[in-house]
Amino acid sequence: MSGNMNLTLKVWRQENASDKGGFVTYKAENISPDMSFLEMLDVVNESLIKKGTDPIHFDHDCREGICGMCSLYINGRPHGPKRAITTCQLHMRSFTDGETITIEPWRATAFPVIKDLAVDRSAFDRIQQAGGYVSVNTGGVPDANEIAIPKVIADEAFNSATCIQCGACVAACKNASAMLFVSAKVSQLALLPQGQPERYRRVQSMVAQMDAEGFGGCTNTGACEIECPKEISMTNINRMRRDFFTAKLFKEEEI
Amino acid sequence: MSSFTKTFSSTLGKKLIMSLTGLFLALFLIVHLIGNLQLFNDDAGKAFNEYSYFMTHFLPIKIVSYLLYASIILHAVYAVFVTISNNKARTVGYAQYNGSANSSWSSRNMGILGTILLVFIVIHMKTFWWEYHNGALPYTQYVTELQNPAAVTVTELQASGVELMHSSYIDAQNGVQVVVAKDLYQVVVEAFSHLWYVILYVLSMIAMGFHLYHGFQSGFQSLGFDHNKYFPAIKFLGLWVFSIIIPAVFAAMPIYIYFLTQ
Repeated sequence: MSGNMNLTLKVWRQENASDKGGFVTYKAENISPDMSFLEMLDVVNESLIKKGTDPIHFDHDCREGICGMCSLYINGRPHGPKRAITTCQLHMRSFTDGETITIEPWRATAFPVIKDLAVDRSAFDRIQQAGGYVSVNTGGVPDANEIAIPKVIADEAFNSATCIQCGACVAACKNASAMLFVSAKVSQLALLPQGQPERYRRVQSMVAQMDAEGFGGCTNTGACEIECPKEISMTNINRMRRDFFTAKLFKEEEI
Repeated sequence: MSSFTKTFSSTLGKKLIMSLTGLFLALFLIVHLIGNLQLFNDDAGKAFNEYSYFMTHFLPIKIVSYLLYASIILHAVYAVFVTISNNKARTVGYAQYNGSANSSWSSRNMGILGTILLVFIVIHMKTFWWEYHNGALPYTQYVTELQNPAAVTVTELQASGVELMHSSYIDAQNGVQVVVAKDLYQVVVEAFSHLWYVILYVLSMIAMGFHLYHGFQSGFQSLGFDHNKYFPAIKFLGLWVFSIIIPAVFAAMPIYIYFLTQ
């Protein structure tokens, strides 16, 4: 078909976490510009399987930009050159015929490579387990409108809650800092009445876990909010700082 | 680990220290700049030398100056801590990294800019601060006629076995004000008569401009300050006052003195 593209891919291949790894160059031929980036990789993998070689491993699941499973650091940017989308929503028309595309895994000490382009993001789960929840008491179902929440607060909490935990913030940050992710998870609960009882304990435990996982610190470069597929704002990070300093410096234990 | 050390050893706490010390240093720049404007006075350094004496002998200012030295050291030491732990967070780098797509150059090069500034501060303090405190500086006498303040007689005093010291008094009989001061102005003029030294200063001020372009607003964010109405004002101040006007006026001083000596 006319209009199809031929591309050169420089793909990071790594057998397992202990392997050193390196780049391998592949040709992606006759690629439709309407394919998604992951579909393009599927086509390349099919040809690799036919040749009897190990296909390129990469994470994916829903392929509609909602699960947060896909990753890929494409041409120096997480989720590729477009803003506010995940890799699965990136189409090949964003590239030009004959282009060389460099594909790397997320790079962070806290995200070890499992194989090729797939990294272990369970550090995020452990941060969530450290306090990113609301303890629910048993009892009758409360009336839906019993607790009044102003629209602006509800909207802001919702915006924070749109984080899909993909890790693009960590990948984009020059310090591999997870602050955008952690602050979104802290904020979505800190903003709402249901999150208040554990608000200050939560922020301290989640920040402690974030540091223990080996993520870097925030130097306010703003790369995370630019690269976030869900456009989570850095306001969340500043809110987390306020809650953290309030808890550590201005509050007595639990009061 | 106690709660206190946990607070300041956390990623957020370390940046709190960098923020507080950094903003204090930025605030100091304003005072330093206003004082140094005396260099532009056409008075053979009288105002500048009196100002230098005041800054080194007025107790509250002396106390603040020690706070200042501590801030410089803390800011640099914590910058090293932060950089080490941030580098550890990504030991394998990217083959292709397109940082300019998502962040400012300043924000990605604060460490390099800061190192340039630290080297500059050491040279700067050696030339002026160290010389003023420990060097054998000449003393200059300024005799101003009370009736006609424009008439100033400037004499360089020769130390002839007597130890000279700063003094300022009114000689009513002769109708003059006499000021004897350690002549730091001469040191300034000497230093800035060398082109390479002027270039060093101008380049350092450019580095300071870039450092503060990111640093000033980032310092506020590290404190958790973020307000949809006031934060844009902070960014405006950071850009125009701290990264353009202040470095530009500072850079104008060596340039002005250089042309004065030519």
